[in-house]
Amino acid sequence: MSDIISLTLVDLVKNIKDKKISSEETTKAFIDRGEKSRNLNTYITEDFSNALLKAKAFDQKPNFNLKLPGIPMAVKDLFCTNGVKTTAGSKILNNFIPPYESTVTQNIWNEGAILLGKLNCDEFAMGSSNETSFFGNVQSPIDKDLVPGGSSGGSASALAANITPITIGTDTGGSIRQPASFTGTVGLKPTYGSCSRYGIVAFASSLDQAGPMSKNVKDCALLQEIISTYDDKDSTSIDFKRNAYSKELTNNIKGKKIGIPNEYRVDGMPKEIEDLWSKGIEYAKDCGAKIVEISLPHTNYALPTYYIVAPAEASSNLARYDGVKYGFRSKGENLIDMYEKTRSEGFGEEVQRRIMIGTYVLSSGYYDAYYLKAQKVRKLIKNDFDEAYKKVDAIITPSTPSAAFKIGEKTNDPVSMYLNDIFTVPVNLAGLPAISIPAGVDAKGYPLGLQIIGKAFDEQNILNIAYAMEEKIEFKNKITDWWIK
Amino acid sequence: MTKDNSEYLIERYNNIYEVVIGLEVHAQITSNSKLFSSSSTTFGAEPNTQVSLVDAAFPGMLPVINEYCVKQAIKTGIGLKAQINKRSVFDRKNYFYADLPQGYQISQFKFPIVGEGTVILDMPNGPKEVGIERLHLEQDAGKSIHDMDPQNTLVDLNRSGVALMEIVSKPDMRTPDEVSAYVKKLRSIMRYLGTCDGNMQEGSLRADVNISVRIKGSDVLGTRCEIKNVNSIKFMQMAIDYESNRQVDLIQEGKTIDQETRLFDTKKNETRSMRSKEDAHDYRYFPDPDLLPLEVTDEFIEKLKADIPELPDDKKKRFIDKYKVSPYEATILVSDIDTAKYFEEVVAKMGKNLDIKLAVNWITSELFAVLNNKNLEISQSPISSKNLSKLINLIKNGTISGKIAKTIFELMMDGDQDPQKIVEEKGLKQESDPKALEALIDKIINDNREKAIEYKQGKEKLFGFFVGQAMKVSGGKANPQLINEILKKKL
Repeated sequence: MSDIISLTLVDLVKNIKDKKISSEETTKAFIDRGEKSRNLNTYITEDFSNALLKAKAFDQKPNFNLKLPGIPMAVKDLFCTNGVKTTAGSKILNNFIPPYESTVTQNIWNEGAILLGKLNCDEFAMGSSNETSFFGNVQSPIDKDLVPGGSSGGSASALAANITPITIGTDTGGSIRQPASFTGTVGLKPTYGSCSRYGIVAFASSLDQAGPMSKNVKDCALLQEIISTYDDKDSTSIDFKRNAYSKELTNNIKGKKIGIPNEYRVDGMPKEIEDLWSKGIEYAKDCGAKIVEISLPHTNYALPTYYIVAPAEASSNLARYDGVKYGFRSKGENLIDMYEKTRSEGFGEEVQRRIMIGTYVLSSGYYDAYYLKAQKVRKLIKNDFDEAYKKVDAIITPSTPSAAFKIGEKTNDPVSMYLNDIFTVPVNLAGLPAISIPAGVDAKGYPLGLQIIGKAFDEQNILNIAYAMEEKIEFKNKITDWWIK
Repeated sequence: MTKDNSEYLIERYNNIYEVVIGLEVHAQITSNSKLFSSSSTTFGAEPNTQVSLVDAAFPGMLPVINEYCVKQAIKTGIGLKAQINKRSVFDRKNYFYADLPQGYQISQFKFPIVGEGTVILDMPNGPKEVGIERLHLEQDAGKSIHDMDPQNTLVDLNRSGVALMEIVSKPDMRTPDEVSAYVKKLRSIMRYLGTCDGNMQEGSLRADVNISVRIKGSDVLGTRCEIKNVNSIKFMQMAIDYESNRQVDLIQEGKTIDQETRLFDTKKNETRSMRSKEDAHDYRYFPDPDLLPLEVTDEFIEKLKADIPELPDDKKKRFIDKYKVSPYEATILVSDIDTAKYFEEVVAKMGKNLDIKLAVNWITSELFAVLNNKNLEISQSPISSKNLSKLINLIKNGTISGKIAKTIFELMMDGDQDPQKIVEEKGLKQESDPKALEALIDKIINDNREKAIEYKQGKEKLFGFFVGQAMKVSGGKANPQLINEILKKKL
């Protein structure tokens, strides 16, 4: 079967269960694709020989009751994987091999999946273009020298290029949805507390969530069903009733009320985004949904709030990378000198910038003006959504204010880079679930995504809406394999 | 300098200064596992053998609160008659140090688990109240070892993450004796509650001492200095003595006192500047986003209240009422929960011969002397409460004299021996047969006729001589009371 790599997850599972293909064949196909696609720089660590061994072992003693029977997959290098190097895209963890497994990846392996390797990402998930990785930038399969988005850029790129059938990313301010949008794939950021953060290298603890990235909504629902579990090892994990998302998936969304927030019509938004949004509204109507104009009045403050809260938490979360216990260490004259050299050499520019911002906003004399105020605004942003959800079941917005841009285009302008997250960060600040689905292309043919935001714990509803709209949109990703020729 | 028990004043020329002291006590919570991880807390284990991935701050590791430690902190709060806060928040205190793996300490800054309370000190001139400002939960750091390797500092993370209670007093103490009484009282309360073993040698209890001085009578607080991490009561007192005099001297010379953190050098007996206010760390406290605010219900607190044993102050009252001991004796008996327990056991076993005074005396003088000598806790006493009560009974029923009892007491220590058996084996039973004693006394009077005449003529102090002779001849076994009676009759 030559097109194994282009099958959806659900089809792959079916074929393996029907014994039409083996896990070994499948794994070989994706390894082969990965080896041919090294130009894209999606992998930081390949674990191919182990993957093959595991696939063979699966075929010898297959368990077809599992949800991911012998399915190979690569994951973002922010998830700690037992015995496999985990770098978070940073030099400072260049040599770090965790002796433990993250809960999310453990859930995946428990269902029979096999690790192919660890995917590139922005350093400590700080970036929107996958250009801050110590291991180099990632190419988008959409076009040469195009960014795949970030921080889960390696994941999005590998998925769109059929290097992995499905993958997981993490989303602190849009790191799943924005790269999904840039690469014509589906990405879900679950409700805060839905997926355990245990074993995921922390960026901003109150915002970080792991989530599935897939070629279609059905695959996404299946993976979400597997990774979302209550975990007492994470004090912020929430014990709520989780749906069987893939089983309960339906395209019947008749009568669902969908909100359109006025405040997302930002200045300077390209017309093609405007048009995409209007088209999305029409699709939703076609599916039987009711469109309601809503207001999220504090939207404007979301980005500055995010760029206070996230760096503040990051500055503290990254203090543990000090050269003392593990990871990279530089020689110093004394303890302070060792710290300074280790952290100056071990962290990249963007990470250092955010550590400095975070340290500044928490320091005495500035705490009230920045951090405390940002926390208050965060509450107002959450209240906005609470108010809106009294009237609607979900909200539709564009995923990003523009399509993917060229590598290097925004590296010298951090603020314009940060503006990429304008539609995604409010969702993280409010702890809500949101999914990005491909919905069209810009003038250059680059994919554009729509974001469907749900109520907390209402992943099923936004998956259903996405599923219904996906049928109408009939988006086809154009991948030319330019990097192989 | 005036140094009686109630006042500690420093005099320079015509100025009289008083010393204002507040304490931040760090008490290690008695718990098998750490505050946010399941690692063991056993003292003295091989370095880095009690360290989990959480304690060593591995990437992606998250803290999970240990409910037992929360209960211990609340119980301590109840013991300090303090406000229990149903909602408290864990904050991160950020600073870099090699033995602080996370790069921050999880502590409680704005919203501690316990608020204001009080501790009553039993001072010789009456009770003294010291206010408690707050009690909060926090993690201990690891240990840096600088003297094991010529080039490197080594780090032991066994202590990293161990649960501490920081108990902050109000600046209510005025003398080193009050500080000593305060620390002892805190320790006593926590040992009653089983929330901290109070072992200062093992570092389970240490304190930062805040000291300022002011002209006596002033109600304005002077600039304070904080003496960090003092780990014995004696050193606290020495540090206060040195530091308060240093501050007075500065004021007398017209200089100002810098608010700063100082260290007490136990070898040189002086305090030294560690860092000034300008160099003070900016800890960048903020709520730990890995932990939700800690919320406890009224029922949770009530349940713990029901578990609180009788505490020293109540026990003292009861001892005075029930056993009619003096306040002074009661204070000594209740200061340590094991002493109180031992005392009540002795009393319970004495039965009809109950003599509280005698029991108190034997415990607080003879037994305490032995424990002190051997550096033992009363729980390790070489003589059990059962055998001590037997010994006292033997005195009470006239089987032995107090003097013989002391001899027997010495012998009992060898393997907690039954005093009754010792009496029998060594033939130490007191001679209480009046006929035998009369015969003995007749012989003594006969042998000392002249002295007997002198006595009768009025030289009354010779009575002692006859008693002494009787004891000597009987080998100490004669019942002294009977000897007295018979001698009076015969002479």
